Amino acid sequence: MTMTHVDISRRTFIRTAIAAGGGMILGFSIPGLPKALAATAPGAAWMLDDDGTEINAWLTIDKDSIVTVRCPHTEMGQGGMTSVAIMIAEELDIPWDNVRAVMASANRHVTEGEVYVNMSTGGSNLVRNRHPHIMQAGASARERLKEAAAQAWGVSRADVTAKQGKLTSGDKSASYGEFAEAAAGVTLAEEPKIKAYGDWWLAGTPVKRIEVAHKVDGSAIYPIDVRLPGMVFAAVKACPVPGGKLKSFDFSAIKDRPGVIAAVELKQKGEELANADLRSGVAVVADNYYRAKIALALMPIEWDYGPGVDNSTAKMDGLAQELLGQDAEQVEEVRGDPRPILASAGKTVSGDFHRPYESHVSMCPPTAVANVTPEKVEVWSYTQNVAATLLLAADQAGRDPKDVFVHATYQGGAFGNGNQNDVPRQAVEISKQIGKPVLAIWSREEDVMQDRSRPPVWSRMTADIGSDGLPTAMLIRAVGESVNPGYADRNLANMPYMVPNFRYERHAVPSHIPIGPHRAPGANNNVFMLEQFVDEVALAGGWDPLDWRIKMTEGNEPWQRVLLKMKEIGGFTTDLPKGQGMGIGIAEDHGSIVGVIATVEVSRRGNLFVDKCLVVANSGYVLNTRGAEEQCFSAVGWELSHALFGGLTMENGQFTNVNFDNYKMLRMPDMPEVETVFALSEDQWWGGFGEPAGPPSPAAVANAIFFATGKRVRSTPIIKHDLSWS
Amino acid sequence: MSFTLTVNGTAHDVDVEPETPLLWVLRDVIGLTGTKYGCGIAQCGACTVHIDGQPQKSCNVNAAAASGRQITTIEGLSADASHPVQQAWVEHTVPQCGYCQSGQIMSAVALLNATPNPSDSDINSAMAGNICRCATYPAIRTAIHAAADKMKKI
Repeated sequence: MTMTHVDISRRTFIRTAIAAGGGMILGFSIPGLPKALAATAPGAAWMLDDDGTEINAWLTIDKDSIVTVRCPHTEMGQGGMTSVAIMIAEELDIPWDNVRAVMASANRHVTEGEVYVNMSTGGSNLVRNRHPHIMQAGASARERLKEAAAQAWGVSRADVTAKQGKLTSGDKSASYGEFAEAAAGVTLAEEPKIKAYGDWWLAGTPVKRIEVAHKVDGSAIYPIDVRLPGMVFAAVKACPVPGGKLKSFDFSAIKDRPGVIAAVELKQKGEELANADLRSGVAVVADNYYRAKIALALMPIEWDYGPGVDNSTAKMDGLAQELLGQDAEQVEEVRGDPRPILASAGKTVSGDFHRPYESHVSMCPPTAVANVTPEKVEVWSYTQNVAATLLLAADQAGRDPKDVFVHATYQGGAFGNGNQNDVPRQAVEISKQIGKPVLAIWSREEDVMQDRSRPPVWSRMTADIGSDGLPTAMLIRAVGESVNPGYADRNLANMPYMVPNFRYERHAVPSHIPIGPHRAPGANNNVFMLEQFVDEVALAGGWDPLDWRIKMTEGNEPWQRVLLKMKEIGGFTTDLPKGQGMGIGIAEDHGSIVGVIATVEVSRRGNLFVDKCLVVANSGYVLNTRGAEEQCFSAVGWELSHALFGGLTMENGQFTNVNFDNYKMLRMPDMPEVETVFALSEDQWWGGFGEPAGPPSPAAVANAIFFATGKRVRSTPIIKHDLSWS
Repeated sequence: MSFTLTVNGTAHDVDVEPETPLLWVLRDVIGLTGTKYGCGIAQCGACTVHIDGQPQKSCNVNAAAASGRQITTIEGLSADASHPVQQAWVEHTVPQCGYCQSGQIMSAVALLNATPNPSDSDINSAMAGNICRCATYPAIRTAIHAAADKMKKI
């Protein structure tokens, strides 16, 4: 193995590390970056800088006043590492160029009374719900620096100012670094309040991502890139029908193949497959991954598929279609009773909608490294919560959590799938059994087949139109799947349009496919259905779709702010030549209200081009406008990928399109221009940005397709519909 | 079977089955992990490297077939992340999760080597083989145009 070890200066903050006691050596080629490209977060993100003085668990300050922020949350592309650093730097008041970032220690969190409060990463929570305690950590450090200086200078803390890394009082002045050690010993009688909006100097501005330099030269370390001395490689296969069990395998058939070391049975603990349990399956271990993968494919394996084997897309769809015609007992929301009105002979509009199963397919498939030794357990894993993964690893290894170390690498995407994934359990189990460090990799096919998938949904929506053209009654009947049918409710049960008589009810069809959160869960499917239907309702009543939404959300300030901005700047019109269309969609997701105006062209032969998505977002406040814009176009692309090209099909209880050749993704030529405009309430509430721009986008595109072609696209993937016109 | 691969100008003797995909030899035998696995069937482009200057999906190249040819990976693109494409990627903060970006950059460099002033249509064609689940495509497009400008000035 060829690796380059280079002496590394603290300034560039990339470290070759020897983990204490473990003898682990990681090598990196060091890019000696020019100053403009200086990396401010390490390629091996979990490696703590130990040169500074720890002020609290969240940060250190060194003698040159370089501040190293420890990020407790996963960096999976959403910019979380940068967000945490901004929040700390804002309160600490340190020049952004002096800020470095590393990943916080999960072991410390678990063994020191949850010192980071919460290490989970998801639900677009990082800024909107965690800023109080993260900013508090920075504010507390700042006040302790001031107190240390005040004590040294014989003045009161109120007479000391802390600004841009400098402490001053009268003619006295010092850098933060000079008082870091003294500040570490200060206890405040009372913790300071965090800054109010309006007092910010860094938050609310466009800030570039902090870790990006390592993502252009191959030095950013993902779980699949971790290398340990003596490490071996495992290819894993769980029962292809989720919930089924391994019956037997014949290792003797492959044991003499080159490089093959072992086959390891993976035993599910519970009788029924539970979230975060180890799935029943088998792993083949070899001296490189390809040898392990080929040997696994050649090894005879017998499965007890279990009852899931009778399930299929056709079966679920057939059952759902029947249920759409029946009253549902599960009723989540009622205002008045729309049913008698809809049964009378008024003017009604009705539509049936459907979204299929989808997979996350993060570019880095689930992988984990584990090294189980008598002294400790070390893990690097696919995750969105290193502390939760630590507890899973401890459980699987049968070890005290204090002896388990889960190191936070960068994640090659996760999108909700990093919660409760069992690949760290697999790696721990294999390492435990064979006594070697192991890297377990899911092939892309395994990833799709074992994903905690995004659930399918079906719905029938019916509305009665009154004499003023506005709806008097509306019934939404949804059909979800049985594992987590509540996903069907989101954005439907609580839809914002003030129809006087409204009812939302839900059925479920049985399924065995594990379900999990998937970027904007629930909203990702349901907004596509609702926002098309309300366009139909508006048009049936003679209303412009944008004016209808403004009318139907009167008094709802956060929505009005977005809709009126869309009207002001969007140039929305239903009056374009055939073959061209503009469409709108709007939704509230993870606290943010986001509207999208899509502009499309459809050729006579039915080829679709999405030219542009204008995103208007109200998140209350924005921490980092550049980061928010990046998440907006990312979420638009994410949702359009699934809506235009996606959709899993299932036969005999297993998904059949399990790699990118037949599970299609949005690519460069398919990506529209995305422009993001903020329309902020600035009214003491925060929304998130990792997800909310996604859900309205496919609805906006589908509505635009209607105006371009006269065709309603009520299901996805859109690309399978005939959009031709003449 | 033992053969020699020349990667980033350095010769490596490797002993693997000749049909082993170049991707896994780079990652697991030679230890260059910047080249990524995404699909194994030449559909996602995360494993893109240059072979004799041409972009190739290394999961789809038998390692033995690359013997005697010049293989360049992301680690060999420049010694110090100073390639204009890498600089443009940083300046425009292209990567989000970053996992696909080694492949994106290798495809972009190949495009610019062949077409110094690419149109948006050229970019669509050259980059269509590289999937990004974070949908950083708008930033990639901007950065390719910026890199083209940088390369003209060199």
